[in-house]
Amino acid sequence: MKRKTLLSTLATALFATVGLASAASTVTIASINNPDMIELQKLSKQFETANPDIKLRWVVLEEGVLRQRVTTDIATNSGQFDLMTIGAYEAPIWAKRGWLSPLDMPASYDLDDVIKAVRDGLSYEGKLYAVPFYAESSMTYYRKDLFDAKGLKMPAQPTWNDVAGFAEKLTDKAKGTYGICLRGRAGWGENMALVTTMANTNGGRWFDEKWKPTLDTPEWKKAVTQYVDLLNKYGPPGASANGFNENLVLFGGGKCAMWVDATVAAGMLYDGKESKVADKVAFAPAPIASTPKGAHWLWMWSLAIPKSSKSQDAAKKFAAWATSKEYIQLVAKDKGWASAPSGTRKSTYASPEYQKAAPFASFVLNSIETANPTDPTLQKVPYIGVQFATIPEFQSIGTVVGQTIAGALTGKTTIDAALKTAQAQAERAMKQGGYLK
Amino acid sequence: MTTANMRQIGVGILGWGVALVMFLPILIIGVTAFKTEQDAYALSLIFTPTLDSFREVFERSHYSTFVYNSMAVSIISTLLSLVIAVPAAYSMAFFPNRKTQKLLLWMLSTKMMPAVGVLIPIYLLAKNTGLLDSVPGLIIVYTLMNLPIAVWMAFTYFNEVPKEILEAARIDGANAWQEIWHLLLPTTLPGLSSTALLLIILSWNEAFWSLNLSSVNAAPLTVFIASYSNPEGLFWAKLSAASFLAVAPIMAVGWVAQKQLVRGMTFGAVK
Repeated sequence: MKRKTLLSTLATALFATVGLASAASTVTIASINNPDMIELQKLSKQFETANPDIKLRWVVLEEGVLRQRVTTDIATNSGQFDLMTIGAYEAPIWAKRGWLSPLDMPASYDLDDVIKAVRDGLSYEGKLYAVPFYAESSMTYYRKDLFDAKGLKMPAQPTWNDVAGFAEKLTDKAKGTYGICLRGRAGWGENMALVTTMANTNGGRWFDEKWKPTLDTPEWKKAVTQYVDLLNKYGPPGASANGFNENLVLFGGGKCAMWVDATVAAGMLYDGKESKVADKVAFAPAPIASTPKGAHWLWMWSLAIPKSSKSQDAAKKFAAWATSKEYIQLVAKDKGWASAPSGTRKSTYASPEYQKAAPFASFVLNSIETANPTDPTLQKVPYIGVQFATIPEFQSIGTVVGQTIAGALTGKTTIDAALKTAQAQAERAMKQGGYLK
Repeated sequence: MTTANMRQIGVGILGWGVALVMFLPILIIGVTAFKTEQDAYALSLIFTPTLDSFREVFERSHYSTFVYNSMAVSIISTLLSLVIAVPAAYSMAFFPNRKTQKLLLWMLSTKMMPAVGVLIPIYLLAKNTGLLDSVPGLIIVYTLMNLPIAVWMAFTYFNEVPKEILEAARIDGANAWQEIWHLLLPTTLPGLSSTALLLIILSWNEAFWSLNLSSVNAAPLTVFIASYSNPEGLFWAKLSAASFLAVAPIMAVGWVAQKQLVRGMTFGAVK
């Protein structure tokens, strides 16, 4: 008898929980640890108050861990997450595999307000699969005071040759000032992001129309030679270990005269609390060489709903809220316009308050709008993406090539040998992937 | 001063030097945790201490849930490992056969494969059994992961016990369980407790499976730390505060158990 009572109690408890679960839907969000997303987590309480039937659960992770975690989850169709923070690289690949739910946004969302290049980068076959939360391009930062002291003037559109000339004049190793700081750490999202834009602007590309890697072409040789020369002659010591953060510290600490990197650094460098050069920094577009095409990158973090999610509607509602104009205004009210999520909506850049708080706004907007992931290079390519190619094999190819180029930077191999190895490795991976016979 | 004295002083200085070098990272974490983000990039020791980073860390995440999960997972998995490892090591140490050595080696070899190689199969197993993001799921994985080490260590300690003692007990009529409970465990207690401590530390610091198999419900402290590092933007003070909070409990345990640990390590060697 006793056992029966216990069983029935358990059954009631079980049904009660099931009942609860269907009444309020839970949205588990895999999110990245950057200031924008942390702010979203904080402000999301307002969303929960306005939507009492939706409960949000956050899993905040570091970029590399997040990528591994969400990829495992979506590839095994596990449904652990209802909303995933994914990059511009994943969105089209996952959409093609049928892992993501297409997003038809309501008219009130004003999709046309979202910058076209960003929308295109998150679409596959004309359908949107992720909504952008934040987008960035790359640009040149330089020290106005050092330029003035030497009587130098940064042109409206610098070339990599201009940059090399300035770097030579501005390097003063005795004083610990280096002409240029660039990413050196190996990785497809690290040194290769920059090196790819350098190859693009020299007329190069990752793959030709038939998916044959083209790393052994003169365009790549020219770009890599310039990159290695710049860093070896005018760069800080140990440049092959520097990523975004290390260069941010170097430039912010007054050690670099120029730096070409993500537009997101602008806000950090202009913030007097974080950088010592806040009143001395100026900016220019990313340098070009023989063509402006692909000279600056485009990256975005966006929110996507996996097909395996059981809370599709609730997840979509939150994704729309988090990437809406209203949300951007909410951040502006809470933390000031300079902290508003950048790079996604034209209305943000049209706002006079934003222009006032972020003097670099029009520059960033221009860089993002002119980056074209669907037509990134001078010669035609079969892939989407400026500083990467949206095929699953690219992550490993990009990282291996990044390592060989870092090897050339440290002098372990010559540039010719490095590019030859890179080409051989890339060809092998593309053969294994079935792109080449 | 005699040369023996000089040598002693030299060894002392060397010992302290090595200890300091090993302690330095933890010291830096401890110091940085109390700095502001602006001060954090300078390695200077002169600054006004602040609790801002801790405040923000507590505001952003439920520290107690992570600690609870870490403790539950590491303690229960360690106990389970020992419950399985002690009888296994007993039979291997006192009743070895031709295959015992090979078996031991095979067990250890399972530790040599990189964990990521079996990520997808284990992830699918966890998903299909409903153990994804659950404390029992992590306990099972950690128990299996630590089992080879537990068996090996217990086996080594049991080998130090003279067989004659057990034989004498057997002549007196003790059965296998009585032998283990009344003779083997008391004599090898220092060794087994240092094994337990090692297993707890290994599970506490395990960051691959915990990051991949848990998200909200079962997330231990490793997931907590992972949410504070970031390749774009520097938050060293907050990361240090989080790391400090994550290592503090296990360091306290280590401190308290230091004596046992050292005794266990030298157990047998000084006889």
